[in-house]
Amino acid sequence: MRTESTSPRRSRGRGRRSPLASAALLLVGLLATGGVYAAFTTAATAETTQRIDALADEGEKLFLANCASCHGLQAEGTDAAPTLIGVGAAAVDFQVGTGRMPMAATGPQAEAKPVQFTDEQVKALAAYVATLAPGPAIPDEKYLTGEGDVAVGAELFRTNCAMCHNVAGAGGALTEGKFAPDLHNVDPAHIYEAMVTGPQNMPVFNDLNITPEDKANIIAYLTYLDNNSSPGGLDLGGLGPVSEGLFAWIFVLGAVVAVTVWLTAKSN
Amino acid sequence: MADQGSAAPGTAVEKREAPIPSAGTAVVRSDRVENPGFPPYRPRVSDLDPKKERQNERRVAWFFWASIIGTVFAITAYIAFPIVEGDMASVRLNNGLLGLGIALALLSIGLGAVHWSKALMDGHDLVEQRHPTRGSEETRARAAEIFTLGNKESGFTRRKLIRNSLIGALAVMPLPAIVIFRDLAPAADPNALLKHTMWEKGMRLTKDPNGVPIKASDVTLGSVFQVIPEGLYDTEHPLEEKAKAAVLLMRLKPEDLHVSPGRESWNYDGIVAYSKICTHVGCPVALYEQQTHHLLCPCHQSQFDITHEAEVIFGPAKRPLPQLPISVDAEGYLVAQSDFHEPVGPSFWERVHD
Repeated sequence: MRTESTSPRRSRGRGRRSPLASAALLLVGLLATGGVYAAFTTAATAETTQRIDALADEGEKLFLANCASCHGLQAEGTDAAPTLIGVGAAAVDFQVGTGRMPMAATGPQAEAKPVQFTDEQVKALAAYVATLAPGPAIPDEKYLTGEGDVAVGAELFRTNCAMCHNVAGAGGALTEGKFAPDLHNVDPAHIYEAMVTGPQNMPVFNDLNITPEDKANIIAYLTYLDNNSSPGGLDLGGLGPVSEGLFAWIFVLGAVVAVTVWLTAKSN
Repeated sequence: MADQGSAAPGTAVEKREAPIPSAGTAVVRSDRVENPGFPPYRPRVSDLDPKKERQNERRVAWFFWASIIGTVFAITAYIAFPIVEGDMASVRLNNGLLGLGIALALLSIGLGAVHWSKALMDGHDLVEQRHPTRGSEETRARAAEIFTLGNKESGFTRRKLIRNSLIGALAVMPLPAIVIFRDLAPAADPNALLKHTMWEKGMRLTKDPNGVPIKASDVTLGSVFQVIPEGLYDTEHPLEEKAKAAVLLMRLKPEDLHVSPGRESWNYDGIVAYSKICTHVGCPVALYEQQTHHLLCPCHQSQFDITHEAEVIFGPAKRPLPQLPISVDAEGYLVAQSDFHEPVGPSFWERVHD
């Protein structure tokens, strides 16, 4: 007790601050810095956060109105459709942005058709689904320019894509009515998103399998195909022996038959 | 022609009578259909109307003129649209126009000739018998005489030593061809080549085409990797090795895999590796459907079910795709446990079937 009563007096006399005071000062300092920092950062990001939240809110409304009947109210999936938790914004941008979703009817696979939503609405849906769980994001614009190493892209395309999509990107048949679609004049963002997310029966080609730069090269190859006609002339859709064989059987053999008929017919 | 001229139709061609069959070889048939002969000659418009005849004459001439135009066009186009090095479009234009010109030139000559013969040349039908193949008695006797004389002068039948040695020489002569063609086959026993690939214990699985090794964590669910063995391009014949060792790597949920006894350790946490070479005729099977887990061969539509160890569920393939047993090394990279346990690709004669 004595020490207690004499201690503050002594300390005052020597002009020293108590240990409690420095702790309090530290606290005040920390609070002030933290508070000011927090105030500033909130001010700086409030607008963005608010915008994303608003977008996601808008997306949630659209989701509940258009998608929830199959994918579930919390996008948890039902017997009719898979869960969307963790598919990411890229999957939504691809499926809705190409018109594949909402599906018109159940079938072997969802087919591309006129897009049902505006770009804003697609982005809103994507933003909402992205808030459910982490997943592939909508790709960076720098990979979608269509510029890159066309030769590297072509080699990767032949190795990883051509077996289903055809070496000229003309698409091809799979099993039981499913097919790999034509890749001509497809939006580069959709090509990229398809590789990252593996829509429907397409396998996933993640960034560790095909790096974003190589994805850009593949897009460069497909852009090259769009912009350059076949050096061999009329390519008949690039479908290979099917269309070329049909052409030969119908038109070439037809011409041979017609000439033979003309040769042997009597002049009038 | 309107004016038939003095010669009777068809007399410009030498005709022969049908040969009389020798006695005993002809079968006389009483129910034989009588040859109705040719239908009566129907005059053509150019036979009747001199105006039409001149019109047809001009048409034939026009065809030949068109041929000349085609030739000139081909030469002009070849010079006017030269091939620019490095520009494929210029090759196409040059070749296309050149071909068009030459085709017009040749086709027009043909069309003109046919039209000429059909519309203006004599239109009567006639029968032209084939020449008999048997020579006249005189020719045959002369031929036999030449042979006998040749034999007498050369002594072919008399000098047996020469004759037999010549026959021997001719019989032996093709032997080098057999030796040469034998060497077209693989020098070593092809069976060993067909039964083994370059995969071995501890060899890393790398990405086709860049050879980057694959970590197990890189292979996410639903992924497909086109795989080549590590160091493939350092081998003597990389393409031949690749043709056997190409592998498709997929990750499924472990509970989706139906693993048969003895193969429990062949997959790594749902990551499975199968030979990409179809067991039917060896096409690369790489059309993987990530939801149905079916693998489709594009050549003959064989389908393999990856959930059931690539068993054949459709198509002409007879055997499942061989599975490559895999695991991970200390750094987390996927490695092969061994070579395939059976020969990859299509059947061959000495393959032991199970």
